[in-house]
Amino acid sequence: MDFLRPASWEEALAAKAEHPTAVPIAGGTDVMVEINFDHRRPEYLLDLNRVAELREWAVGEETVRLGASVPYTTIMEELRTELPGLALASHTVASPQIRNRGGVGGNLGTASPAGDAHPALLAADCEVEVESVRGSRLIPIDEFYTGVKRNALAEDELIKSVHIKKAAGPQQYSKVGTRNAMVIAVCAFGIALHPDTRTVRTGIGSAAPTPIRAKAAEEFLNAALEEGGFWDSKKIITPSIAKQFAELASGAANPIDDVRGTANYRRHAVGIMARRTLGWTWESYRGNGRSTEGVA
Amino acid sequence: MAGTKTTTGAPTEVTQKHNKGGIGESTLRPDGTLKVTGEFAYSSDMWHEDMLWGQTLRSTVAHAEIVSIDTVEALKTPGVYAVLTYDDLPAEMKNYGLEIQDTPVLAHGKVRHHGEPVALVAADHPETARRAAAKIVVEYKELPVITDEASATAPDAVLVHEGRTDEYIEHVPHPNIVHNQPIIRGNAEEAAKKADFIVKGEYTFGMQDQAFLGPESGLAVPAEDGGVDLYVATQWLHSDLGQIAPVLGLPEEKVRMTLSGVGGAFGGREDISMQIHACLLALRTGKPVKIVYNRFESFFGHVHRHPAKLYYEHGATKDGKLTHMKCRIVLDGGAYASASPAVVGNASSLSVGPYVIDDVDIEAIALYSNNPPCGAMRGFGAVQACFAYEAQMDKLADKVGMDRVEFRQLNAMSQGTLLPTGQPVDSPAPVAEILRRVKARPMPPERQWESSEGADVRALPGGLSNTTHGEGVVRGVGYAVGIKNVGFSEGFDDYSTAKVRMEVINGEPVATVHTAMAEVGQGGITVHAQIARTELGVQQVTINPADTQVGSAGSTSASRQTYVTGGAVKNSCELVREKVLEIGRRKFGSYHPAWATAELLLEGGKVVTDGGETLADLAELLEGETVEVEAEWRHRPTVAFDKKTGQGNGHVQYSFAAHRAVVEVDTELGLVKVIELATAQDVGKALNPLSVVGQIQGGTTQGLGVAVMEEIIVDPKTAKVRNPSFTDYLIPTILDTPTIPVDVLELADPNAPYGLRGMGEAPTLSSTPAVLAAIRNATGLELNRTPVRPEHLTGT
Repeated sequence: MDFLRPASWEEALAAKAEHPTAVPIAGGTDVMVEINFDHRRPEYLLDLNRVAELREWAVGEETVRLGASVPYTTIMEELRTELPGLALASHTVASPQIRNRGGVGGNLGTASPAGDAHPALLAADCEVEVESVRGSRLIPIDEFYTGVKRNALAEDELIKSVHIKKAAGPQQYSKVGTRNAMVIAVCAFGIALHPDTRTVRTGIGSAAPTPIRAKAAEEFLNAALEEGGFWDSKKIITPSIAKQFAELASGAANPIDDVRGTANYRRHAVGIMARRTLGWTWESYRGNGRSTEGVA
Repeated sequence: MAGTKTTTGAPTEVTQKHNKGGIGESTLRPDGTLKVTGEFAYSSDMWHEDMLWGQTLRSTVAHAEIVSIDTVEALKTPGVYAVLTYDDLPAEMKNYGLEIQDTPVLAHGKVRHHGEPVALVAADHPETARRAAAKIVVEYKELPVITDEASATAPDAVLVHEGRTDEYIEHVPHPNIVHNQPIIRGNAEEAAKKADFIVKGEYTFGMQDQAFLGPESGLAVPAEDGGVDLYVATQWLHSDLGQIAPVLGLPEEKVRMTLSGVGGAFGGREDISMQIHACLLALRTGKPVKIVYNRFESFFGHVHRHPAKLYYEHGATKDGKLTHMKCRIVLDGGAYASASPAVVGNASSLSVGPYVIDDVDIEAIALYSNNPPCGAMRGFGAVQACFAYEAQMDKLADKVGMDRVEFRQLNAMSQGTLLPTGQPVDSPAPVAEILRRVKARPMPPERQWESSEGADVRALPGGLSNTTHGEGVVRGVGYAVGIKNVGFSEGFDDYSTAKVRMEVINGEPVATVHTAMAEVGQGGITVHAQIARTELGVQQVTINPADTQVGSAGSTSASRQTYVTGGAVKNSCELVREKVLEIGRRKFGSYHPAWATAELLLEGGKVVTDGGETLADLAELLEGETVEVEAEWRHRPTVAFDKKTGQGNGHVQYSFAAHRAVVEVDTELGLVKVIELATAQDVGKALNPLSVVGQIQGGTTQGLGVAVMEEIIVDPKTAKVRNPSFTDYLIPTILDTPTIPVDVLELADPNAPYGLRGMGEAPTLSSTPAVLAAIRNATGLELNRTPVRPEHLTGT
């Protein structure tokens, strides 16, 4: 296995162009696990740790430009206001040591349905900035995940950053694991209220071949909130709306039975998380955030 | 030659100059700081100049004939020094095993479980060894897999081991049963007629892994005399030695073993793993060979806790008195026997629990199957039984209409109670008292997750995964109590050996203790120095590395090491003391009549009378003298259980612990947070109270693990392990570990050194059923299986 160590982004793009099979590695959260398990032995590892700009982030007018290697710890500590859903998801990633090294670039590169960041990114809405020696482009998150552990990257492209919409309203994130910390997801759910566009977006993890949005649930909820005038009145959402939202979210899941959980449990749990996180975000929107947001 | 070159990471002697504590004091571990700062040398850290790396090729299927093995391409790989298969084994003996030599060093003709060693490679780099092993082509012809009792004993069942000649084959009902132990006492059938209530239950216990953090590893260095020096992390050097030497075709004195840094054991190092393989490669290549398993391989490299099916029937009168018990315990021993026969003995003889039941009909068996081999793990057969009988106690108490703790107390054994084997419990058995103590503790506050800033998710089920802020959360409380035997039972010659030396160094009397005891984290290294200080009145004690240059210490298991090797150290110290006093009498006897008349003690570096008068300085007395004693020490003998009735004084001593579990369950998501696991345990005498509490908290946590998360999942269709990693085999993190208030009782056992009671395993017994009882209490579900998974709690 050859270890390529580009000193700059340009060198990294050149190396990837020369060796399209090279596997990029930054924090190693996913890649090291796969190597340890002998799931793959790439011919080349492309170490991105010397590329400083990948660890930079900037808060703009509309979006946060989050470098692919910005560690989860930084997201939790510095970007909680702008990216509350992703900050909550970051809390659930592995251990403090791994959160100090891993960033969303790795999750996106691996595109495993179990990646913790995906539901939060889907709910918040974002575009993935990718680049190659041929040029750069922005891939909308809805078009990014193309199959089981597959994404829309061309073989010479690297992930540079994610342009995530700044939170205009409350966001939440829940993940079920069979341990209370440091656990891979059995399934996960993200939700973001977008009062500026009067829409709600969602993300589901580990309950389908790829990370997905619960689109039917979103459409139902968007319509129900609009028709009921909830965005203006900030009324309590009726239990029947919450229930149907949860059922539709559950129905969006397309899970499998595996060693971590049964398909039936995953469908069930997605529904429970959808109902609860909708309740928490809506209560926050109504101004009762302190009692519902959760602290750690 | 190899021996003259540098080895690093090998163990050295540990001198404890500044620790002052004798027995009963919380002396700190000499290796504690090194371990928490990452400086301690574990067996995997060893290095030798010119060493090679060994790699094991393991079977990819569970049960198959080996049609062919092609090693040509592997041997051609540059950097490869040797590739070995069964055909390369040098001696007539090609098997090993703790009790039955049924385990091939390398598979021969057949593989019997997923991950069985088939071939070995030595190369100059671990990656080269790994790649070469991958080039070995093994052709398998798969056989049907035996995975449970039904498939093991079916009329047309394939035999896992054909042509058995071991001592158990004579009495087992089927060759796919390793051993069975019935215990019949009284007349359960008749006694059942007196019962007003009868409860029957069927319970399932999942396969738990020891999950020690330091994977199997060691270094074998060939020596000039044709022998080998082996540095390895193990639990019992001499047991390994007795299995290694015959397969190498060497006399035992040519295999010199030294214990290297052990990263946890819990029973999983009682069997051979890489020891023989490393020696074979070292002797073949003439070079030092190191083998280190990674975590994936470690799951295949050691035996696990027996999964079990347990069928129980209990009866009680309307006053709450137990009338009878019938049970059948089916343990799955997997492909090789390991410690299965002894686990059967424990499971059967302790199947009643710490209760008085005169009429019992018991049978425990262990299967041969194509599942992973199972053997020793903390609690050793008593754990599975406790899970089942404690569930039964709750059900019976409810039927009778009594408080669950009072019901247990009413039926609790006490000193003098007869075990189902007819053996009297002849030392304190404070079962009712430890239950009283855990019940009397104040409850942890309700809704403890609430803070002024909102719900603290760390205190809720789901933890940082942020699944609930209180929704769906219900509290439950459960109790359990258990009994564990201490030491090796059933007539085993369970001795230990200690060599103790006393001399003067730099004007100060010092003691040196040398045993073959494996320090696996239990704290023997601390306790031996405390005993030497107490018995010999010195401050400075040196503990020599454990090796085979001294007699056997027996296993670091069965809660026995403080009792047995501690007893041996105490005994050797007493013999040294006698010799020291003889020297004193010879040198100074004429100066003071007390030398001849008084009871003399060694205290504070002096010889003193029991009245406190100083007769001599030890430094002066020992000037020019070295006193050294190596002696074996034994506890009271035991006898085998009768093969048909199970009667016999088979056990040495007992250990009792009780737990109260307080849990909070997210009943909608099926997630559990254990809030508190209060425990009370009699330890006879706490030689090191801090270590005792550490052992109790660790054992409690290991019991919690198998209650809510720890399980090796084996595919019933293929007998292949599905989760050999710490990604999917989960053990509790600190966030899963509750507050564990510990109440230590010290009721002396008059038969044991200092009155102590082996105590490392008992907390692992009652912790699991207490947590299960609490979850049942919160959910109202029956939950006859452990570990509990979210789908069991949500009906999905």
